[in-house]
Amino acid sequence: MTVSTKIAAGLFGKRVDAFTDRNFKYLLIAPAIFILLLIGIFPLINLVVASFQDITILGEDKSFQGLLNYKRLFSDARMWESLLHTVLFMAVALPIELLLGTVMALLLLEKMWGRQIFIALLIIPTVIAPIVAGATWRLMFDNRFGPINQVLGWFKGEPVNIVWIVNSSYVWAAILATEVWQWTPFMFLILLAGFSNVDRTQVEAAQIDGASNLRIFFKIVIPAIRPVLAIALLIRALDLFRLFDIVWALTRGGPGTMTETISTFTYVKGFEQFDTSYTSAVAIVVVVLLSIAVIFALRRVEIAR
Amino acid sequence: MTGETRADAVYVPKDWWLRRRTWTYVGRYAAAIVITLLFLFPVYWIFIMAFKTPEEVFASPPIWYPAQIQFKTFAVLFRDGDVGTIGNSLITAGVSTVLAMFFGTIAAYSLARFRTGGENLAIWIISQRMIPPIVIIFPVFLVYVFFGWVDTFQGLILLYTAFNLPYVTWMMRGYIEDIPIELEQSALVDGWSRWQVLLRVVFPMARAGLFATAVFTFIFAWNDFIFALVLTRVEITTYPVQVTSFFGQQQTFWAKIGAMSILGTLPIFFAVALFQRYLVRGISLGAIKG
Repeated sequence: MTVSTKIAAGLFGKRVDAFTDRNFKYLLIAPAIFILLLIGIFPLINLVVASFQDITILGEDKSFQGLLNYKRLFSDARMWESLLHTVLFMAVALPIELLLGTVMALLLLEKMWGRQIFIALLIIPTVIAPIVAGATWRLMFDNRFGPINQVLGWFKGEPVNIVWIVNSSYVWAAILATEVWQWTPFMFLILLAGFSNVDRTQVEAAQIDGASNLRIFFKIVIPAIRPVLAIALLIRALDLFRLFDIVWALTRGGPGTMTETISTFTYVKGFEQFDTSYTSAVAIVVVVLLSIAVIFALRRVEIAR
Repeated sequence: MTGETRADAVYVPKDWWLRRRTWTYVGRYAAAIVITLLFLFPVYWIFIMAFKTPEEVFASPPIWYPAQIQFKTFAVLFRDGDVGTIGNSLITAGVSTVLAMFFGTIAAYSLARFRTGGENLAIWIISQRMIPPIVIIFPVFLVYVFFGWVDTFQGLILLYTAFNLPYVTWMMRGYIEDIPIELEQSALVDGWSRWQVLLRVVFPMARAGLFATAVFTFIFAWNDFIFALVLTRVEITTYPVQVTSFFGQQQTFWAKIGAMSILGTLPIFFAVALFQRYLVRGISLGAIKG
C-alpha cells in the first residue's frame, strides 16, 4: 500500500480501496481516452463547425453558410486531381514494393553466410526520416550534382542532363524511386518473417510429390502468409495515402500542381493560403472517404481469412 | 523417394545438380550484395556530403568520395547553433515517448486483463492511428493558435503523445497478453494492491516489450516532419524541419544537409540495431510475433 492510499484509507476507511479496485480498469484507460478525445474529438467538432462557415484569409464570416465549401470542393478540379494522384501513385507503388520485397525475401530466406548482416543493412532506408530520404533523392536526381545523370551518361556515352524534379515526364519517376527505395525494405522484412513462419514440412511434402516450385509458392506459401500480407498491405496503403514528406522534399507538389497529393494540397490550402473553412471541408471529406475505404478493406481482409 | 536431399549432396559431391546448387548459391550471394549496395548507396551519398569541401560538393559531374575527410561542416553546425534542433527533437520525442508509454501501457493493461470496452474499444483506439496526419494537424493547429500553443514544447509534446498513444496501447496489449496471468493473481492473493501488481509484476515482466515499443515510439516522433513543420517556428524547431531549411532558391547546402542527416540518423541506427529482434513485431503492429 502506498503512503497516499494509506492516508486516504485512514480518512475514509475501507471505502477508498474498494472504490479503486472496482473502478481500476476504468481508471487505467481514462487518461488515454481523455488525451485521444482532446486531440481527436474536440478539434474535430471545431473542424465541422468551421466547414459550415466562411473563414478565409480575407475575413472571418462565422455565420452559417450551408454547403458553400462542400459545393466549392466538388467542383475543385485541383482537389480531385490531387486525390487521383494519391490513389494512382498508391496503385503503382504498392505492387512494385510488394514484388521487389517478395523477391528480396525469397533471396535471403535460406541460410547464407552473413545473412543477418545483409538484413540489418537492408532495413536502413526504412528507419531514416522520410524527409531525409526525400532530401537524399533530391540530391541523387540533381541534374548537376547528382550521380544518377552521371551514371546514365556513362551508359549513353555522352553527358545526360535530365532535370528530374522539374521535367513533367520524369518527376513522378523520381518520387516513385524514392518511395520504393524507402519502403521496399519494410515489405521485405515483413515478408521475410512471414515466409520463415511457413510450415516447412508441408512444403517438403509437396516437393516429394513432385510439385513445381511455382505451384508450391502459389498453393502453399501464399495462402499461409495471407494474414501477414494483408496487414503489410494495409499499413503501406495507409502510409501511401498520407504521402507528404517525400513529395515535399522533392517537388513541393510541383511543377505547377503536377505532383500534388491530397496531403500537400490540404497543407497548401490550410497553411499557405489560410483558406480555413474550405480546408476544413476538404479534411472532413478525406476522413469520410478514407473511413469508407478502410472499412471496405477490413471486410475484404476478414473474408479472405 | 528421390535422392535429391541435402544429405545426399554431401555424399555425392560430383553430382551434376550439386554443381548447379553451388552456382545458385553464388548467384544468390552476388544478387544479395548488389541489392544491398544499391539500397545503401543513397545513404552513403548524402552522408559523404558532410565530409566534402565546398568545391567537392558542388563539383559537376559529381565526385564519389572526398580527397580528405574533414569535419568543418560539423563545426559550422555547432557554431551556428543548428545542432540545437537535435536537442529540441530529443526533448519533444523523449518526453512524449515517456508520456505515451505510461498512459498507453496502463490503458493496454486495462484492455488486456479486464477486456475494458470489449474488442470495439481496442479497435477504436488503433483506428485513431489510421487518420492521415494532415487531417489531425489542421484542426489541432486552429485550436493551438487560439490557446497560443504554436511553437511551444507542450503543444508538440501533447500532439506526439496523442498520436503515439494508439500504437503503444495496441502493441503493449499484445505484449501483456503474452505474460502468464498466474503471477498477478498470486500477488493479489498475497495482498498486493492493484497498482503494486502493475508496477512490480507487470512492468518488469513486459520489460522487453516496453523497451522495444518505446524505441519505435521515439523514432515515430523523432522522424516526424509534418506536425513539426506546422507547429514549430523558431523556438522549438526539430531536426527534420531544420534539414529542409537548408534548401534554398539559389543554392542548397548539401554539406549541411549531409551533416544534419548523420547527427539525426545515427542514433536511430543504434537503437534499431539494439532492438532488431523486435523490429518485425514493432513495424507490423504486432501481426507477426516472431
